[in-house]
Amino acid sequence: MTRALAGGGLAAAFVVALTLGPLVVVALWAEAGSGLGAGDWAAIRFTLWQALLSALFSVALAIPVARALARRTFPGRGLLVLLLGAPFIVPVIVAVLGLLAVFGRTGLVSQTLGALGMDPLSIYGLHGVVLAHVFFNLPLATRLILQGWLAIPSERFRLAATLGMGPVDVFRQLEWPMLRAVVPGVAMLIFLICTTSFAVALTLGGGPRATTIELAIYQAFLFEFDLGKAAVLATIQFAVTGAAAALAAWVAVPAVMGAGLDRPVQRWDAARGAARAIDAAWIGLAALFLLVPLSMIVLRGVPQLAGLPPQVFEAAGRSVVVAVLSACLVLVLALPLASAAQALRGARPMAATVVESVGYLSIAASPLVIGTGLFIVLFPIANPATLALPITIAVNAAMSLPFALRAILPELGAVEAQYGRTADALGMRGWARLRWLILPRLRRPLGFAAGLAAALSMGDLGVIALFANSENATLPLQLYQLMAAYRTNDAAGAALLLLGLSLVLFWAIDRGGRVNAAV
Amino acid sequence: MRKHPIIAAGLLAATPALADLPVLTVYTYDSFTSDWGPGPAVEAAFEETCGCDLQFVGAGDGAALLARVRLEGARTEADIVLGLDTNLTAAAAETGLFTAHGQDASGLDLPVAWEDETFLPFDWGYFAFVHDKEALPTPPTSLRALADSDVSILIQDPRSSTPGLGLLMWVQAAYGDEAGEIWAGLSDNIVTVTKGWSEAYGLFLEGEADMVLSYTTSPAYHLIAEEDPSKAAAPFEEGHYMQIEVAGKLAGTDQPELADQFMAFMISEAFQSVIPTTNWMYPAVIPEGGLPEGFDTLIQPETALVIPAEDAPAVRDAALETWLGALSQ
Amino acid sequence: MLRFDQVMLQQGTHVLAADFAVDEPGITAVVGPSGAGKSTLLSAIAGFLTPAKGRVMWGDLDLNPLGPGERPVSVVFQDNNLFPHLDARRNVALGVAPNLRLSPEDMGRVDAVLDRVGLAGKEARKPAALSGGEQSRVALARVLVRDRPLVLLDEPFAALGPALKAEMLDLARETLAAEGKTVLLVTHDPDDARRVAERTILVAEGRAHPPVQTASLLDNPPPALAAYLT
Repeated sequence: MTRALAGGGLAAAFVVALTLGPLVVVALWAEAGSGLGAGDWAAIRFTLWQALLSALFSVALAIPVARALARRTFPGRGLLVLLLGAPFIVPVIVAVLGLLAVFGRTGLVSQTLGALGMDPLSIYGLHGVVLAHVFFNLPLATRLILQGWLAIPSERFRLAATLGMGPVDVFRQLEWPMLRAVVPGVAMLIFLICTTSFAVALTLGGGPRATTIELAIYQAFLFEFDLGKAAVLATIQFAVTGAAAALAAWVAVPAVMGAGLDRPVQRWDAARGAARAIDAAWIGLAALFLLVPLSMIVLRGVPQLAGLPPQVFEAAGRSVVVAVLSACLVLVLALPLASAAQALRGARPMAATVVESVGYLSIAASPLVIGTGLFIVLFPIANPATLALPITIAVNAAMSLPFALRAILPELGAVEAQYGRTADALGMRGWARLRWLILPRLRRPLGFAAGLAAALSMGDLGVIALFANSENATLPLQLYQLMAAYRTNDAAGAALLLLGLSLVLFWAIDRGGRVNAAV
Repeated sequence: MRKHPIIAAGLLAATPALADLPVLTVYTYDSFTSDWGPGPAVEAAFEETCGCDLQFVGAGDGAALLARVRLEGARTEADIVLGLDTNLTAAAAETGLFTAHGQDASGLDLPVAWEDETFLPFDWGYFAFVHDKEALPTPPTSLRALADSDVSILIQDPRSSTPGLGLLMWVQAAYGDEAGEIWAGLSDNIVTVTKGWSEAYGLFLEGEADMVLSYTTSPAYHLIAEEDPSKAAAPFEEGHYMQIEVAGKLAGTDQPELADQFMAFMISEAFQSVIPTTNWMYPAVIPEGGLPEGFDTLIQPETALVIPAEDAPAVRDAALETWLGALSQ
Repeated sequence: MLRFDQVMLQQGTHVLAADFAVDEPGITAVVGPSGAGKSTLLSAIAGFLTPAKGRVMWGDLDLNPLGPGERPVSVVFQDNNLFPHLDARRNVALGVAPNLRLSPEDMGRVDAVLDRVGLAGKEARKPAALSGGEQSRVALARVLVRDRPLVLLDEPFAALGPALKAEMLDLARETLAAEGKTVLLVTHDPDDARRVAERTILVAEGRAHPPVQTASLLDNPPPALAAYLT
């Protein structure tokens, strides 16, 4: 117990130092900043509005898709569930290029419209931002809601069938209660993710109307060099997301990973032709929406792969090392935090919530402020260039910690509930408990969390320019530098490389957790 | 971690300084020091003669470069900062961190006279809207004509991008108090506003708009590197705003002689001849062999617009207000 | 009369053959080693599993083409019989109308049945506020209001203590068997069979055997059952 708390305390201190610490440093370093202008308030409003819309649309579309996946079996279903998860772990810049190839002015949709004599589509503006956010978050929402469906005991569906319930009754008595419990948390999580989105709004936003808080921070820092204002804006970002996170804790965000998504629910109310056709349509549409943009990246990139300059592969290697180490660090942080929260839950629920919340801090953190704060602290001590990769590893780990915690915590709770007393009775504590109970039972969520962390780290641009150094550039940075040097063809190849490596890393690490996992 | 000391060491060990050689540290923007920018060739050429180790440190773009020097203050490791432009030099000079460049600037081939004693230009270019000659055979001939037309354009956000800020200053220099009107006219031409040059140019090449804000020299890349003559910059009647990229020597440098040597090298043949086909800008001094073949096809603006560096900060802030006001309607 | 007409059931690699009839109403026990296929047999009657071969008949009615809700069958499972978000009355009312649109008369019938199984005064409680025995009573009450001639009990009281289980079995006999229903009770406890079932079906070694007198089966068990009983 005490050891779990000490480990959790250390991990929590590390995360706080990485997220809140830089904010405090920037605020202290700054001279009194100017107040917030009308533009800043507009940015705050826009940020919340687009995040709200993104969350609502993601969830509204995810419900029928999850329902269709929950009650249908077909060949390739497992592969489809895996592939549908791809957009969430694809780097933003890569995904935006893919979306443009489909929804852009010369994209597939516009070309089709043009052939029919209609005007091309405009993806730029609030709707474009929301479209891109739905693209990123629909898979996450679908996955979480699908888990909700699969968590309904199968006897209930059998019971409903023997009672002669039709689809409407099944919805009212089985599915609606589940959705009411699961959906608010999912929506809140996506809302949080979208509040700190930056690159999407800045590319697809269409102009200064689509200024997010993160861009306002950018402006305060780089354009006005007003660090005080940057700190104020970052604090507001924390406050907004903090309030949303408190709501999320209240509505209970579901676990990020549940067991056995490869198993459909047997249903007797949905055997009719119409339901079958509707489900097929939803699955088909979701697959088209999510997979066609990714396919475009593949098509565009494949011819360029062979001719990529060697520096791109060096950068790719560096990124893989960073991703793997970042994934390890995530586990080193998430396990003690989860254990501490679990240990405190019974006796001191408030303290447990605080520990858990620390793990979610990074969702609200501004990468720019993190980078600046760390720079101010570290510059007098060490050459920032030599710290570029270690800091990238640490920050990437902190950024994926919330997802890792959501995957691990509920499963840890279940393990403790099921075997905790047996382990207590046997005197299994500390390392023995970790080694012989927790780790074997948690292999799957740990593999999932690490795989997700590695993939997210692959795509992350890392800590901003201050630490960047072209001699040890990561793959996303190299991708930008290729674009900056007019080399768009090479950039397309690099984008494909980035996409492929992200997916392979996730798949390999996630699978590592599944193979020989204790049943 | 303990099991993998080699990886850990590899990550922590940056580029080790070559033993016994004095190190000259030059902060610059990322694309200058990238593998595809002028950095590698410049480094090799300078190290041949200086008996030193030239280290480039990439720090984002021009604005991030200045922010970094401000954060570091007098303790900075930098001996030279290379890559600011005239929109930033006033703020940079105000920090008091820079000292006189000490070079003879009379031999510079700039369209405007250069009188700044602190910062020394190494290249320059004109901002321009670039288009595809086939897709848009008759581009608008002025900013006002563009604003009145229904030609679609991609621009960069002035708050995060050098060309974006350049366009702001361009409209301001050409139209002064009428700038708001021009922006209001442009607002329905703008497809989107991107974070940086790379995103906008990438979108343009993907066919997302008719024109993109870039440089008059951009078509030279396509012509020389890709043998593609289809791209052109549209000449505008109001004239074109200039970007003059400069370097400055830090007052607190621990290598003053080397720094002076580098500043002299910067406007010499070896450095300047690399610029046109790596940075895709005009060299500050025309190389002995002239500009590379292909540069002669580029448009030559009749009027070079530039807002004096000392006025830039005030103009900039007002212009941003105008821009935000016009495009947030 | 429930009849298995040369039925072959397949679930994964397990195969179960059944060719017999249950001619008389009342409780018939289904016993056998775990994994032998007791629940598989019930699934085929309830409509969760379509036979690979043969027909399941109720009188002259072929059950195979019918969906679970269309069969003359009620089922009580071991767990999850009740919906946690509905109170006892509504959980029972589902047996009258799955959309919960009930006439006042129907509601009266529901309350009467709840009274009959000993839950008067607890109609408005949700399952979490009921004991295990009371939850079983709610499930039983639902079978009663549903009033289908064939009732399948799949180890419904296995989680209860011995005294409570005996009480529930007696209640099932007093209510269901007394109304002339045909009841199939899956159990792993031979004492349950002795207590309430006149006849017993042995499921073992890939076959569901025709029902025989419970006492004679348990007193002179065939080898497959003997191994399980000891």
